[in-house]
Amino acid sequence: MSLLKVEHLTKNFGGLSAVSNVSISVEEGELVGLIGPNGAGKTTLFNVLTGVYTPTEGKVLLTKDGKTVELNKMPPYKITHQGVARTFQNIRLFKELSVLDNVKIAMNKEAKYGILGALFRSVGFYKSEAAIDVKARQFLAKVHLDELADVKAKNLPYGKQRQLEIARAMATGAKLLFLDEPAAGMNPQETHALTDFIAKIRTEMDLTIVLIEHDMSLVMSICERIFVLDYGKLIAQGSAQEVKNNPRVIEAYLGEEE
Amino acid sequence: MLEFLQQMINGLSIGSIYALIALGYTMVYGIIKLINFAHGDMYMIGAYVGMISVTTFKLPFVLALPATMIVTGVLGVVIERIAYRPLRKSTRVAALITAIGVSFFLQNAVSRIMGAKIYTFPPVLENRTFMFYGLRFNTQQIAIFVTAILLMILLQVIVKKTKVGRAMRSVAVDQDAAKLMGVNVDRTISLTFAIGSSLAAAAGILVGIYYNTINPLMGFAPGLKAFVAAVFGGIGIIPGAMIGGFAIGLIETMVSGYGSTLYKDAVVYIILILVLIIKPSGLLGKNRKEKV
Repeated sequence: MSLLKVEHLTKNFGGLSAVSNVSISVEEGELVGLIGPNGAGKTTLFNVLTGVYTPTEGKVLLTKDGKTVELNKMPPYKITHQGVARTFQNIRLFKELSVLDNVKIAMNKEAKYGILGALFRSVGFYKSEAAIDVKARQFLAKVHLDELADVKAKNLPYGKQRQLEIARAMATGAKLLFLDEPAAGMNPQETHALTDFIAKIRTEMDLTIVLIEHDMSLVMSICERIFVLDYGKLIAQGSAQEVKNNPRVIEAYLGEEE
Repeated sequence: MLEFLQQMINGLSIGSIYALIALGYTMVYGIIKLINFAHGDMYMIGAYVGMISVTTFKLPFVLALPATMIVTGVLGVVIERIAYRPLRKSTRVAALITAIGVSFFLQNAVSRIMGAKIYTFPPVLENRTFMFYGLRFNTQQIAIFVTAILLMILLQVIVKKTKVGRAMRSVAVDQDAAKLMGVNVDRTISLTFAIGSSLAAAAGILVGIYYNTINPLMGFAPGLKAFVAAVFGGIGIIPGAMIGGFAIGLIETMVSGYGSTLYKDAVVYIILILVLIIKPSGLLGKNRKEKV
């Protein structure tokens, strides 16, 4: 059973079909790329999968530990609690908060105490807060951001902000990550470093990753399978090599041959 | 000099009240960018609930205060749920006008239920006056000041050190991103209203004790002044509301003490105008440059 199964998914905005009848599946542990020309509906698809939009038609099914849940009926925060998280095309960190707090917010659901516990400073409150602090710092060490823990997110260099966004998504406890153009705006060196980073966290933390990317060097080097969208429709899928030589993909990117 | 210090004491007492109300304004603005003009009326409701809890239920002050805060906090959540949540996605003006409507509704509802008359707040605290190097202060002033400071410390701890505080700060920065990081945004906003309303309720019960009378329209002027205090300190910034509240209380008292009571309200509104002209982001706010 696939980890993520998308069945006949459609999202219409008025008369425009941004995603139309898309069916894909992602296996556990895969690293999949989602590509397509501008306006092909890639980000809309991410938005539907993470609950920002409710689909017009179709289903999004997540299977873990043998149980299947329907994500398309859940509000975003519940989807996140199911172990699905994402990053954004334009960075959306909690800019005014510290790096550590950004990660702690993602870990919030692990804090097991109520508002009364916090008010009366119960033992559970202290234990829970201390545990989260330790966990958040250990986590930052893993993604090499521990030295920057107390820096405000907005003061990080661009590449580090991208990295923190991925780290924050992972900190929710996600097993399935959607990365929306993680290398956008990066120079080749930064892109290279990011490619290594993604490959590394994926094996270290057993993640399944779906990423949207325009940087083909990144897509071709780490994605095992690629989906191609055009005008909201899935026009091709397969390995990098297969997709590269697919005439429909070439047509979508370069236009039809006269 | 002695008189100046005496005025300071009076100013800090009334300033505590403004600060407690201003906190609710600023927290709600910080999280959903709404100027909740019904907030002054939550303070009025707090005074009434407080009066009922000490007269009908015969609660002592230490129990009446938390009871009042809880009841009014719940009411705040209900109002948010009914009046503001359905408008979350509409324009800010729509929500603002709704807030004014809620304000009128609360004033008239209380007039209807309790009668449009002035009630005497029962003396809950033994009124003793202390002298300290020629300065006079009474138990009520001490109670107001101490209660306000304790509540502010508690609020800071909740906002800075707990998961609900983190959730509130994240929603204030980016609601959509918070949602996608697993934060229950609706519950976080409800909780903000609960905390803000309960702080206003605390101010209401304290002012009842201080001035001895309460009436259905008592929330209007202090609500407006607390709003000025929040803007003065930088709206959306919690320490700003505290500083702003004390500042407005002190200025108002000094104007009454050294000038004329007639002008004390005018001066507060002149301050609002000056802040808006000179530094619209307030004392602690950063001026944001427009990006081109």
